[in-house]
Amino acid sequence: NFASFAPINKLAYLRGARATHTSYAFLLEFPKPVCNVPQFILLTFPNLKGMPRELTQNRIQKIWIPSKDGKPSMPRTCPHLANPPTVIVMVGLPARGKTYISRKLTRYLNWIGIPTKVFNVGEYRREAVKHYSTYDFFKSDNEDAVKIRQQCALAALRDVKTYLTEEEGQVAVFDATNTTRERRDMILEFGAVNGFKIFFIESVCDDPNVIACNILEVKVSSPDYQDCNKTDAMEDFKKRIECYRINYQPLDPDRYDKNLSFIKVIDVGRRFLVNRIQDHIQSRIVYYLMNIHVQPRSIYLCRHGESQHNLQGRLGGDSGLSTRGRKFAGALAKFVEEQNLKDLKVWTSQMRRSIQTAEALNVPYEQWKALNEIDGGVCEEMTYEEVRERFPDEFALRDQDKYYYRYPSGESYQDLVQRVEPVIMELERQENVLVVCHQAVMRCLLAYFLDKSADEMPYLKCPLHTVLKLTPVAYGCKVESISLNVEAVNTHRDRPEELKRGQSTLIRRNSVTPLTSPEPNKKPRIEGLDDTIVREVTIPGVNMVIIS
Amino acid sequence: SFKKKKKKKRKKKITDPKLLNGSVYLCMTNCPTLIVTVGLPARGKTYISKKLTRYLNWIDVPTKEFNVGQYRRECVKIYKSFEFFRPDNEEGLKIRKQCALAALNDVRQFLTDEGGQVAVFDATNTTRERRETIIRFAEQNGFKVFFVESVCEDPDVIAENIVQVKLGSPDYTHCNTEEAVADFMKRIKCYENSYQPLDEELDRDLSFIKIIDVGRRYLVNRVQDHIQSRIVYYLMNIHITPRSIYLCRHGESDLNIKGRIGGDSGLSARGKEFAKALSQFIQSQNIRDLKVWTSQMKRTIQTAEALGVPYEQWKALNEIDAGVCEELMYEEIQQRYPQEFALRDQDKYRYRYPKGESYEDLVQRLEPVIMELERQENVLVICHQAVMRCLLAYFLDKTAEELPYLKCTLHTVLKLTPMAYGCKVESVCLNVDAVNTHRDRPSVRLTNTHPLSMSVSLVVKKPPRLLSLKGKCAVIFYIYLVCFSPAEELPYLKCTLHTVLKLTPMAYGKTPFLN
Repeated sequence: NFASFAPINKLAYLRGARATHTSYAFLLEFPKPVCNVPQFILLTFPNLKGMPRELTQNRIQKIWIPSKDGKPSMPRTCPHLANPPTVIVMVGLPARGKTYISRKLTRYLNWIGIPTKVFNVGEYRREAVKHYSTYDFFKSDNEDAVKIRQQCALAALRDVKTYLTEEEGQVAVFDATNTTRERRDMILEFGAVNGFKIFFIESVCDDPNVIACNILEVKVSSPDYQDCNKTDAMEDFKKRIECYRINYQPLDPDRYDKNLSFIKVIDVGRRFLVNRIQDHIQSRIVYYLMNIHVQPRSIYLCRHGESQHNLQGRLGGDSGLSTRGRKFAGALAKFVEEQNLKDLKVWTSQMRRSIQTAEALNVPYEQWKALNEIDGGVCEEMTYEEVRERFPDEFALRDQDKYYYRYPSGESYQDLVQRVEPVIMELERQENVLVVCHQAVMRCLLAYFLDKSADEMPYLKCPLHTVLKLTPVAYGCKVESISLNVEAVNTHRDRPEELKRGQSTLIRRNSVTPLTSPEPNKKPRIEGLDDTIVREVTIPGVNMVIIS
Repeated sequence: SFKKKKKKKRKKKITDPKLLNGSVYLCMTNCPTLIVTVGLPARGKTYISKKLTRYLNWIDVPTKEFNVGQYRRECVKIYKSFEFFRPDNEEGLKIRKQCALAALNDVRQFLTDEGGQVAVFDATNTTRERRETIIRFAEQNGFKVFFVESVCEDPDVIAENIVQVKLGSPDYTHCNTEEAVADFMKRIKCYENSYQPLDEELDRDLSFIKIIDVGRRYLVNRVQDHIQSRIVYYLMNIHITPRSIYLCRHGESDLNIKGRIGGDSGLSARGKEFAKALSQFIQSQNIRDLKVWTSQMKRTIQTAEALGVPYEQWKALNEIDAGVCEELMYEEIQQRYPQEFALRDQDKYRYRYPKGESYEDLVQRLEPVIMELERQENVLVICHQAVMRCLLAYFLDKTAEELPYLKCTLHTVLKLTPMAYGCKVESVCLNVDAVNTHRDRPSVRLTNTHPLSMSVSLVVKKPPRLLSLKGKCAVIFYIYLVCFSPAEELPYLKCTLHTVLKLTPMAYGKTPFLN
């Protein structure tokens, strides 16, 4: 309370010299007229920052946290990402696969734990102008339309800003044509003002077959062409491309754009031009884009046959197959033969039960340690009842947040995602693959392909003796579930009833909201345009076909 | 040492069929890859090939580099001047062609008979004709070809490169700096006339990566398979900004004192003292933008806490998982699992603890850390014994056999500074007592006695070179000296007739060898 009896002239804050870096010093200076009080007082305090803080272990994630903070901090599995948020800006003429790339990238980034969202300007436009008539709308001399499109872009950018600054987003994908320098400069300006890093992805393709294919696959079924036949839609769309082509200024790596960070994807991944990668996340994106391909193929996921431990209801372990498990291996061999696949690769984990299953197929297979089942730590080889008895706290904690929960000296689903990431990268590179894995691992893989959130992932249903066939279509993935009709025990534990509605403390957002997801699609809002009737926009996302 | 490793692997394959399929990298075992560098001299081709070779070997893809310049030097003992490289010097052309063929011959032998997976053919390969010869050669032998072209027009970078490495080359032992630089510039000119860079249109069917201006831009064409994609990713992440990497272990822990392995205990009193000393050391180093990384174990986090700076936790940096042996003493393991204990000594690199990990697993787990270390600048990594050995093996290019026996003492910081083609190591002991956790290789055999004898590719894979002691070369010379493990290399030192060696002790001259 010095201030109460004498006004303090100056409160100088002196950081202790380097030699005495353990203390802080404050210098108080009083005005002269006050007697009895020394003019200067030097106060020194120990530097609490320099003192080692006590560590406490977060009970769910088993991470050591300095107790000073008290609250559990966000997991830092990808530590180096804590830099400014990134806006990924797509560039390219229509029907060059921009939306395909942005959706896929978003799905991947979300899966590895980086909150990402797509902002498709086309959707904003469809909302603003309910009825699309013809390509005239996209002509560069249609002034009304140009204005509307400009406003849509601005509205989308506003949402990008909200997402990155207020909603804890790390990456926003701005999915529009962005074919002019003027537009790109505007976005760069927007990034500079808000402190976002900008990364451009340009897709260049001149192969008419690829473009026609793309138009047929996605554009013709777009809401714009609901009321007309395929040929008309095709014609109209081609004219629409021409409208853009007039003003198209590709990214110029030699002069105008040489200081930007970007990747040019040429001819669907035949060639890449990469310029000025700035950070970890951009390098990851480039690596991912170089590995994906659009060849038609199918991925088959299944678990090992029923094991001895499954029969006894025990977790983990490394036991062999039961009689029914061996029967399943036989059935799987027959199934694979019937599918008659070209160059099928078979991958297993390094555990006995999955290798035994693969052995029955009589084809070469590869073992991945990364595909091993989640490590249950001290709970390995126990039944759920035993776990509940011996570690009642742990059992309850796991139900609270199954995704982040780490078994004592074991792993969490989050750890699993990091471990399985190289497998996903290699799956993207390959064509037909059969993966014989385990319950938790299969859930992780499935969550990637079906774009499931962290909340849903640990509860995905992956029954024994059932093969899931995943076929990439348009922007999503078709799932067929084939039961091979061999009986097995049920190893699935549902989410406890009382916790079903509870909001998880650590939110991991979804990229494109799949049709099955409970979260409603956030509706973009555009100012200055009447927004009375909003037609539902259906996103061609995940289709579920169940063949029993 | 490489051959030794190979032999071991084969032996294993026969006895243990599981290992045959065991490797994650089986997905690459289709056909071997031939990596061909393209570019004018002094564009960092050798730097790239050496670094790539080191990385691929570390992730367990047997790789070897073949430097045609080396063959040429063996063939023509004395280099006179750039005249040798003139396109109208027919004798020179003939010799160079022969050297290239000899190198290709060795490539074939390595990839087909010696179990190699990747060969790096390090030469200028500036003409389309030469590249077509290589492509034909690869087709005949069933190798995949991947070109790595380095393009750089920045005169500063080129000059820097010439001074850093070319002047130390045996070609210029006899002349002074200016002469050497002038000669080398003319040598580059000889190539410039006939240089045909990889072309987007003409070479559209080839697989290649073009690195423009030391990583400012990349052009990637037709990546075919897993290994090429890995190479591209790696090349995109490396940089040449000067920096240092500091490696150390956590302070001494309670379990260290008890002689138990693994576990997740806290620091002992001496460990805490080390943490403080580390903090002072880091301050005294005055490092720009230092990043601190720890594992997710209590002892490393406690050590990092004392630094009073932000740090990041990596699960990938956690100590090797000893499975059933966690928290046991070596004596207890010997008692309880005598067989396991013996097996581990047999092949410590590949041995996996029951329900735990092997060093091989650890290398896989650490790969993303290495990739990120390559991206970053100054970093302090506080980790654990086995983890530190793996990281060190990457930087010092150690084989799988040496890796598990590298000495990583408690309370000692290793400062690694990348230079020329290798890495300079300074070992800083912070003078805080600690228990010794190192277990030597059990059998009696000739081992290196020098604590930090590095076998940088530069030295081990080539006959010793004579270096002139001019300016920056002194540092290279230092590396050269330290690299010797005296007993093994001493009888093979080259002491040529008609040559004077002048040794002047300099900055780093206080090596036991010099004394």
